[in-house]
Amino acid sequence: MKANCWYGKHDVRVKEVPDPTILNPRDAIVKITLTAICGSDLHLYDGYIPTMEHGDILGHEFMGEIVELGGRVNNLKIGDRVVVPFTISCGNCFFCEMQLYSLCENSNPNAWMAEKLWGHSPTGIFGYSHLVGGYAGGQAQYTRVPFADVGPIKVPTELTDEQVLFLSDILPTGYMAAENCNIHPGDTVAVWGCGPVGLFAIKSAYLLGAERVIAIDRIPERLRMAHEKAGAETINYEHANVYDTLMEMTGGRGPDSCIDAVGMEAHMPGPLYAYDRVKQALMFETGRPIALREAIMACRNGGTISVPGVYGGLVDKMPLGSIMNRALTIKTGQTHVQRYMRPLLERIQNGEIDPTFVITHRLSLEDAPMAYQIFKNKQDECIKVVLSPN
Amino acid sequence: MATQTTYNHGSQSWEGEPGKGSAQGWARGLGWFSVGLGFTELLLPGPLGRLIGVRDHRTLIRAMGAREIAAGIMVLKERTPTRSMAARVSGDIVDLGLLSAGLGSRGARRGRIVGAAAAVAGVTALDVLCTKQLAEREPSALAETVQTIAINRSPEECYQFWRDFENLPRFMKHVESVRVMPEGRTRWIAKGPAGMRVQWDAEITEDRPGRITWRSLEGSDIENTGSVRFERAPTGHGTIVRAHIQYRPPAGKIGSVVAKLFGEEPSIQAKTDLRRFKQMMETGEVATIEGQTSGRAHVEQSARAAAAHA
Repeated sequence: MKANCWYGKHDVRVKEVPDPTILNPRDAIVKITLTAICGSDLHLYDGYIPTMEHGDILGHEFMGEIVELGGRVNNLKIGDRVVVPFTISCGNCFFCEMQLYSLCENSNPNAWMAEKLWGHSPTGIFGYSHLVGGYAGGQAQYTRVPFADVGPIKVPTELTDEQVLFLSDILPTGYMAAENCNIHPGDTVAVWGCGPVGLFAIKSAYLLGAERVIAIDRIPERLRMAHEKAGAETINYEHANVYDTLMEMTGGRGPDSCIDAVGMEAHMPGPLYAYDRVKQALMFETGRPIALREAIMACRNGGTISVPGVYGGLVDKMPLGSIMNRALTIKTGQTHVQRYMRPLLERIQNGEIDPTFVITHRLSLEDAPMAYQIFKNKQDECIKVVLSPN
Repeated sequence: MATQTTYNHGSQSWEGEPGKGSAQGWARGLGWFSVGLGFTELLLPGPLGRLIGVRDHRTLIRAMGAREIAAGIMVLKERTPTRSMAARVSGDIVDLGLLSAGLGSRGARRGRIVGAAAAVAGVTALDVLCTKQLAEREPSALAETVQTIAINRSPEECYQFWRDFENLPRFMKHVESVRVMPEGRTRWIAKGPAGMRVQWDAEITEDRPGRITWRSLEGSDIENTGSVRFERAPTGHGTIVRAHIQYRPPAGKIGSVVAKLFGEEPSIQAKTDLRRFKQMMETGEVATIEGQTSGRAHVEQSARAAAAHA
């Protein structure tokens, strides 16, 4: 089969590789009908996530058709059309029983590696380094799906692939980011980053009762989409001081909650960016928490910071004093995808949300290397790429 | 009455604390000596250069100081610093080489240089002796690890599964088979690199719900003892399993196989096996990526692709 493999920084190639096989009784093999490139794949592409190995198959947003089942998967049958969550979760452990699926204790065979870096291990994730399992990903024609009796969700035939694909990651991720904000009627939510997760967070914040959502980015087409398709007010941080503007918009109090949908590779104008960029290049910090710092400083007293943006290791100059003295709450985590798939599928069926608006590029799997490049460089107004592998 | 227990969680300790007179004690002394000498070289290269009879080599002496400090720290960091001590010996040889080269350099004072070389040679002799003793000690050292894991099943279920010893290879990564023999004995076979096998017989010394202990018998490839306990965790939290394993890897070829089996860090191997036990208990399988496809795998078959074309 063909698969998009990682060979180093800014080097991905579509290669002919062996077909996946069932390795465990709860596995399934999915023939992929549609897959996507996630913003977090760019952290791998840019070489910021450790423990990647040459030849690892990328991709954690995918859907398709069941073509093979292990002996213990009883709730699916060959031919079922499913969306697969990016978090691989057993459904049996302490955390899965609490629906904290991204903290599954049993799905990361390399848990000891994650324990060294983070103290404890989160769940296994498709195509996202050996730190979280080293599982072959879904930018391929076929993928092996472990714990297939727990993760994949069957989707009705009346919905297209494009309508349901993002249940695999970015729609639940944006939704959980907004849910973590503990939104009350009348709330103002500020969202840093208008990539797909930020855009879905804006949409979700409105669905959950926010009155105002303010979106922050620097890419004109992303700000335009945040405004036109998601209904946010916008701030271009290259043209306006974000803190001052937010204070002006909220009577000096600050947004009730702030979402960092940017993560470890943030940008900003000015010398502090250069400082973080150099420290990151020298491995003195693994992330540039520029958006997060700004979100913390801007958030109102007693407000909530929600962090769906990905961080890998250590960051520098965290304004802990601001968090402590102003009683801020920080909520974060990889998404507990399995918890959100069904309710969000219902919202899609009801027409409350149509996730297809983020798609700007529809390409074939063979185009993956080019797609990574334009997505990374934000060329051709690229916001979301979906790839057809078969 | 509450009982208090002190646990040595997840630790791996070696028999014999570093103390005076032991090879480890010597190594620590030499480590501190390196750190002291290193700082002197780094901070006072001028006076030191005059003392040992070479002038105009401040940068070189500073560099030697940095190396000396690094060597000292390496020795101090490890409990059994055999390799770091061996590295010190090579450092000593470099020092001796530089001193002899210094004999010919501008402004050299031969008497002082010869004196300095004699001092370095003395230290070299100590380093060699210490390295040798450490190397001789190592094969007989007793490795010990205590590991715990919380399992979302009852202590009874965990005990029952473990008690069926033929289940053990299902989660112990390197154990190929465990055969139950008469009189509470078991025969263990573990696989090593390049198809090598190690084997030992063990007897169960205690077996009751909640606790199993065992001990290897005479003639085993690895002398080992251990216990595994299954304790009821607070309500809703299942079982806490505690495994305590001590083993003495033999010297020689079998010893090196054993060392490879248990890896650089036996504690990680033991923890990984416990985690696999947990996976078996909770999910009925062991999570794995072994045998999965990747861009590294050789493309032998693409049956599905072929079928699709047909």
